[in-house]
Amino acid sequence: MLTAADDAALVRATARRQARSRYVAHAVLTLGVLVFAFPIWLTLVGSSHDANTIGRGDVPLWFGAQAITNYISAWTTGGSAVRTTGQVPAWLMLWNSLNMAVMIALGKIAISLLSAYAVVFFSFPGRMVAFWLIFITLMLPVEVRIIPTFEVMVNLGLINTMSGLVVPLIASATATLLFRQFFLTIPDEYVEAAKIDGAGPLRFFKDVVMPLSVTNIAALFVILFIYGWNQYLWPLLIVSDKDLETVVVGMSKMIGTSDSQNEWNIIMATAVLAMLPPVAVVVFMQRWFVKGLTETEK
Amino acid sequence: MRKKVIFKGIALPWLLLLPQLVITGVFFFWPAGQAIYGSFLREDAFGLSREFVGLENFRDVLADPNYLAAGWNTVVFSSSVAIGALGVALFLAVQADKAIRGADAYKTMLIWPYAVAPAVAAVLWLFMFHPQIGLFGKALNGIGIRWDYKVNGDQAMLLVIMAAAWKQVSYNFIFFLAGLQSIPRAVLEAAAIDGARPVRRFWTIIFPLLAPTSFFLLVVNIVYAFFDTFGTIHALTQGGPGQATSTLIYKVYVDGVQNLNFGASAAQSVILMAIVVALTAVQFRFVERKVHY
Repeated sequence: MLTAADDAALVRATARRQARSRYVAHAVLTLGVLVFAFPIWLTLVGSSHDANTIGRGDVPLWFGAQAITNYISAWTTGGSAVRTTGQVPAWLMLWNSLNMAVMIALGKIAISLLSAYAVVFFSFPGRMVAFWLIFITLMLPVEVRIIPTFEVMVNLGLINTMSGLVVPLIASATATLLFRQFFLTIPDEYVEAAKIDGAGPLRFFKDVVMPLSVTNIAALFVILFIYGWNQYLWPLLIVSDKDLETVVVGMSKMIGTSDSQNEWNIIMATAVLAMLPPVAVVVFMQRWFVKGLTETEK
Repeated sequence: MRKKVIFKGIALPWLLLLPQLVITGVFFFWPAGQAIYGSFLREDAFGLSREFVGLENFRDVLADPNYLAAGWNTVVFSSSVAIGALGVALFLAVQADKAIRGADAYKTMLIWPYAVAPAVAAVLWLFMFHPQIGLFGKALNGIGIRWDYKVNGDQAMLLVIMAAAWKQVSYNFIFFLAGLQSIPRAVLEAAAIDGARPVRRFWTIIFPLLAPTSFFLLVVNIVYAFFDTFGTIHALTQGGPGQATSTLIYKVYVDGVQNLNFGASAAQSVILMAIVVALTAVQFRFVERKVHY
């Protein structure tokens, strides 16, 4: 039989063991966070030094004095180094990326809302065909139809245009599936009540479905903004005009084949600018982001 | 599944579907059809005429040692990225789940690499492992290891794997942590009272309960490594040195866009489509199972 004293000792031992395991966990996690942040740290630090320090290979671990000069140079001129592609100022590339990302996100949300609404709240001949046509696009990423898609773009005169960057990317099976899933949870009574009140389908969409969808739309917007901002292959294919260069592609084009020509500090500053907006969106809208991520992938 | 109460009408729903269907028709189905059609044709040397050659393009592509090498690269690359990103994420998620207080703070600090574009991630890793200007690249050379990913194919492969996996860990971490937090505490406490040590608890309770999440993540990670890492490879190694880091996606781009090899590129597109169909089928079969779990 355990006495009260034994009992207390056992409880204390368990608490000690748990505390120890928690300390280990905190230590491991802190290390993990540091390891994951290190590439960013190095880039941030690098963007505050002059080109020669970095070019020599004297990689500093603490900030230098050139930060403001470097960022101004990246922002206004895109650096002055000799490059095959010529420079594009970062402000222009960021502006293009912002336009592209916002239009892709809003476009995808708009057309997916409409098609999910049609598929869920109507019964019409060809409903399932339409649904499957949208679903199958999941299996046709740009990467597997590069050349013929490029030919279509040339025929439609969409090469080197902002619409060319955006429109082909706004079809979205994932978003349609998500909204369909959500619409199916809207109780039938709502539709009945709307019908009794004499509200038509468009009125019901505007006054009932849209307000109910706000959180889903916000969550999806975060995910789709990041998706749009981080596009690489598509802009690389259809944009050669410097005025339409997006920041992710433009930044990687700044790295020339010959190392001596690379103005590393400016490249690093541009890399920081290129990742700042999507990272800020994830960090500040974390709740929406996690919701969007876990729901689109279900 | 469908609703019992619905609106009437035929024109309106088709009108609502129209924008989506027009875009998928023009930019998805038409080009995909062209790719399939083109995979049976061959262009003459001047690009003036195309003739039907049956399955010859497929035979040529599948007999091409460069294509097979790219296929092998894809297998090595995708499995390393998936296993690396899943392993690290699971390990960190288990720790975060233990450190009950602060789990959310760690989550915030670990999820942001998700937002970094693959090509930007590649450049961040280039800064670290560049043989002359990179902190680690220079250090490796300093201690006598000949590190130059621009010359050594294995090192190039290792670098693209690390850059691609680094970014994917955050995604896996979110799902693993959610999975771990949904395991009832009572089950774990019961096992602890029965005398099961932490390691045993992990393998006999936590791991089996996480299996559906892990399998789902495995598919997602493979899809990511296949299709979303074009930017990583293009910005970091351009498929080189030689063909060392050229994956199937990278090769279809090079053959189609740079070498303008019409038939071969179309045949490769069709092979890739088959791979995506298979991956999607696996993914959705699994999702159905998860619903009933």
